[in-house]
Parts: sequence; structure tokens; C-alpha cells
Amino acid sequence: MLGLGADRLRADMNRLLALLFHQGVLDEQFLQLQQLQDETSPNFVCEVVNIYFHESEKLLRNLRGLLMERDFSDYKKMGIHLNQFMGSSSSIGAKRVRNVCVAFRAASEQNNRAGCLRALELLENEYCYLKNKLHELFQIEQQRVLAAGARYPMQN
Amino acid sequence: MGMSTESQFHVLAVDDSIIDRKLIERLLKTSSYQVTTVDSGTKALEFLGLHEDDQSNPETPSVSPNNHQEVEVNLIITDYCMPGMTGYDLLRKIKESSSLRDIPVVIMSSENVPSRISRCLEEGAEEFFLKPVRLSDVNRLRPHMMKTKLKDPKQENEENKEESGKPESRSQEEKEEQQQHHHQQQLHHLPQQQHSNSNKRKALEEGLSPDRTRPRYSGLTTVV
Repeated sequence: MLGLGADRLRADMNRLLALLFHQGVLDEQFLQLQQLQDETSPNFVCEVVNIYFHESEKLLRNLRGLLMERDFSDYKKMGIHLNQFMGSSSSIGAKRVRNVCVAFRAASEQNNRAGCLRALELLENEYCYLKNKLHELFQIEQQRVLAAGARYPMQN
Repeated sequence: MGMSTESQFHVLAVDDSIIDRKLIERLLKTSSYQVTTVDSGTKALEFLGLHEDDQSNPETPSVSPNNHQEVEVNLIITDYCMPGMTGYDLLRKIKESSSLRDIPVVIMSSENVPSRISRCLEEGAEEFFLKPVRLSDVNRLRPHMMKTKLKDPKQENEENKEESGKPESRSQEEKEEQQQHHHQQQLHHLPQQQHSNSNKRKALEEGLSPDRTRPRYSGLTTVV
């Protein structure tokens, strides 16, 4: 029975992943991350993604802080934050988030404050969705590992 | 540290992005390399035993080759876009240093800018990887590192125009020629690379023109 649980959880994970790929939320780079995870580095994906969350939230705070300034004009600084965000999103396979950053950067290059505000909201939403889904993914994975472990009580 | 044949290659990775450092470290460790990561060009030079202000001063002991043999580095892989010292600046400093210029340097960038790519290759970079870097990219590093480890003089007089990709060894006297051959070899590989890295190499080819006045690239037209 426990074995079935692990298998079903794996199927759930794959289904969620497939959905995220289909929606364009994740791309192939995420698979590359998974391939880099093995016995010597069993939590690699989780670690990288957690760093990504930490960095992203800092960047989002910075971006919002800039745009909320009454006399905001430092589009160059905003561009730097966006480039960072784009780079890290690309590195973990967060395709939709990255794409919003691209649009955001375009607005920034045009010194279009209203456009930037709109892009920021969109970015925050995309990021939120991504974070929730990845958390879900990790939770299923955790449960699967536990369920799979319970199948073989004699193993260390 | 690295005298036996069993010893690993040691790669110095430079990137200001913490995520990319983590990624490149994992990619390199998966390929069984020893890795040191730093977050800036300045720190990279420090690690290599080269101090910016001492570079051109031959009297300063910190520039002596003996210094960095304790931390033997077989390859440097660096991001291009970094605040302060860019990857390109770092590349130049390394190639201008008599003690460090033999270390192969690879550049990474998230942007596909052909002029940037050719600039880096002209300055002596062995490869230019587009981010996100993949395992298939890292697999291309070994030949470059092998060349520096095997100081076998038997290949001394051989012109290396073949696209064999073998880690041909060179004596110290041939190191200038060696750098030309690196580029020839790398360019020779272009057509094959197109299959696996079509975007990356395509950008590379677009950026190259046969018009080169620097003698180092006189062989370019025959290869391309």
C-alpha cells in the first residue's frame, strides 16, 4: 500500500511538472537542474530554488521601492535589478517570470513609469504563482520520498 | 597539491550571481573538477596571486610564478557582465600576466552579442558559453585543461591544424603558438558544434569576419 502511495505521488509530481511546462511557467532549464541532483547532492534543486526565492523577493522589494519613490528617475538602477532577476530566472528555468522581466525592462528603457508599474504587478503575480507551484512540487516530492522510504523499513 | 596523475583539475569560477555560482559549481563538481567560486574579478585575481597594482612591476614578489603554484588553477570560467571588473577586463589582466596567461579562460554571458563574443575570443578566451550553462558546455572544458597539465615536449614541432581535439601537449616555448592553435581548433570545431549548440555557435560565426590585422589570427581565413 505504501509503495502505491509513492508511485502515485510520483505521478502527481510529473503531472504538475507537465502542467507547468505546458503553461510555460518552467522550461527545459528546470530539467537540467533536476539532472544535476543526485545522491551526492540530494537537495540541489530545493537549495537553488530557495536561493532564487530569497534573491527574487529582495529584487521585487527593491523594484517596488524604486517605483514608489515620489521623484523616481533612476531607470538605470531598475535596469540593473531587472537584469539580475532575468538572469537568475533564466538559470532556474522560470520562463514566464523571465519574460515579464524582459517586458519590464523595455518599459524601463523607455522611462515609462506607468508601464513599469504595470509590469511590476504582473511580475509579482507571476512570481507568486511560480513560488506556490514550486512549493507544491517540493511538498509532493517530500511526501514521495517518505512514502518510498517506508516501503523498505530495513534500509538505512 | 596537484602532482600525481590522479589529481583533479581545479577550476576557478567567477560570477557575481549567487545562483549562477551555485549552478556552475554543481556542474563542475558533477564533472569531477575541484571548484573554487568567487564573486568578483578582483577576488579572482587575489586568489590567483596577482594584485592589480603590482601587475606591471617586475620587482614585486607577489607576482612571482611560485606564488600561485600553491593554488594551481587549471581553468578560469567567468561571467562577462559583472559590476566593477567585467569578465573581459579579467580576461585581459590574465592574458597580460606572464604568470597567468597560460591558464585557459572561458567566458559566460546571458546575452548573445556577436561582437562581444569575438572580442573575447580575440583577447584569448578559449570558449564563450551562453547562459544558462549546461553540462554539455562543461564537457568541452577538459581538452583545454589537459593542454596545460601535460607539459610533454614531444609535440613541440608539430603544427596543430588538425581538428582532432586531442590534448596535444606543448613545451613552454610554444605557448604563444599554442594560443593561436587553441583558437584555430576551436573555430575548426564550429561546424560540428552547430548541431548541439546551434544558437551559441551561430552567434559566434556571425560575429567573425575574415578581416583581422592582428597576426595571431592570420590563420583564421584558412580555417573558416
